[in-house]
Amino acid sequence: MVVFETVLVANRGEIAVRVMRTAQRLGLAAVAVYSEADKNALHTRQADEAVLIGPAPAGQSYLNVDAVLEAARVSGAQAIHPGYGFLAENAGFARRVADAGLVWVGPPPEAIEAMGDKIAARNAMIEAGVPVAPGTSEPVRDASSAVHAAASLGYPLMVKAAAGGGGIGMSAVEDDGQLGAAFETARTRAERFFGSPAILLERCIRPARHVEVQVLGLADGRVVALGERDCSVQRRHQKVAEEAPAPGLSAQTRTALLDAARRAAWAVGYRGAGTVEFLFDPVSEELMFLEMNTRLQVEHPVTELVTGVDLVEQQLRIAAGQPPSFDPDAVPAARGHAVEFRVYAEDPVRFLPGPGKITAWQEPTGEGIRVDSGYAEGDTVTPHYDPLMAKLCAWGEDRAQALDRLGAAAAAFRVEGPKCNLPLLAELLDQPDFRAGDYDTGLVDRMRG
Amino acid sequence: MSNKIHAEMVANVWKVVAKPGDHVGIGDTLVILESMKMEIPVLAETEGTVRELAVHEGDVVQQGDLIAEVE
Repeated sequence: MVVFETVLVANRGEIAVRVMRTAQRLGLAAVAVYSEADKNALHTRQADEAVLIGPAPAGQSYLNVDAVLEAARVSGAQAIHPGYGFLAENAGFARRVADAGLVWVGPPPEAIEAMGDKIAARNAMIEAGVPVAPGTSEPVRDASSAVHAAASLGYPLMVKAAAGGGGIGMSAVEDDGQLGAAFETARTRAERFFGSPAILLERCIRPARHVEVQVLGLADGRVVALGERDCSVQRRHQKVAEEAPAPGLSAQTRTALLDAARRAAWAVGYRGAGTVEFLFDPVSEELMFLEMNTRLQVEHPVTELVTGVDLVEQQLRIAAGQPPSFDPDAVPAARGHAVEFRVYAEDPVRFLPGPGKITAWQEPTGEGIRVDSGYAEGDTVTPHYDPLMAKLCAWGEDRAQALDRLGAAAAAFRVEGPKCNLPLLAELLDQPDFRAGDYDTGLVDRMRG
Repeated sequence: MSNKIHAEMVANVWKVVAKPGDHVGIGDTLVILESMKMEIPVLAETEGTVRELAVHEGDVVQQGDLIAEVE
């Protein structure tokens, strides 16, 4: 690569480590940024150079645009990869990166903005011919307008922060009474977490499967789809396990899904790696656009395992104006099956966080096993950041083999110190409907009664 | 009889909802902690009067630290 030789990874934990691995494999130097809490963190150790950017709270470190740009300046980095979360979907940051004369390893800021507001995104998708669930086309201002809108949309409804993500502030409501309370909670959280009180109401699809498509907007403007993932195993509207391909989709549904995803990305002039999320109604076989994540996704490894494509490499190539490493006219199809489980520092029953010092950490190895970790033995999981410690992934010739390998790997994964949700995976693998690939987003709630 | 409520995990104190002298019922929110991007309400386990709030907004609590006492 000639456009940049040094890339700064503006993130922490497993994703920073994972991005740096590809950058270093490609011969690039990797610069880490770290907070005072992450002085000895794995991502800091993995980097060729590491720059302290502030105290532990993310607002003063990983979310501090000036500090990150200053770190790029002092380290001589020529490109910035944002990972996911933190500044990854911050269009203002993307502009500041470009204004500083650096390469932004991400989509154009206009595409981030077009998809960042869920209401504007829904409206743009309707215009682009991408199917959406019935919902409000303007922000809902107060509880009484919400009740008014609900009368025409019908229950059950989802109450969501228009600027939100990660399931924060989102809830399902069954009637006017629940709507009033949920609306106030959503608005408070929307303001606190996303800095905007705008609320969206959308028809709640139940049962539903969460399916999503990995897209790449190429440097020449074409958009290709690298297959789909199913992410229906969720707790608190956040994903716990993901797999590729999505089980049980008909060829016709898969074609419609990939086509809708390409159209969605095309409509906003997308470049780089992104994910278009849909809800799939397994009864009516209808697809409905949910949102587009304008960044690398946590669960991207399952796509890498079935396609053999390194998505971070494609991000770097696209940012450098180069063609992808595969022939865009013959996009690699999925081979075999891959499953990922998110290893969180939380208890497997109530899903409450349990940070702590890692006194033992032994990762499983074996055929088809991949572990992306942000921690190692002796590291401390602090309460300052999200609970993801590692991603345990397994590939198999078919789904049954992938699940068997995942189960064996989970049993061999030793984590002591923080709370750890690995027992949930063992339980999940014993669920007949999960085993059969016939499950929806209500699976974990049903397991917990 | 008094009931002392301790932190179940390392967390930041986001909001102190109750104040000394408040009358609370079982399940009323006393304090909201935040850990790993999640809000965790600390609830009254008994009915009574809040005698003490041992934390302030912005504090970091360790597992086992006293948060509040209700009597």
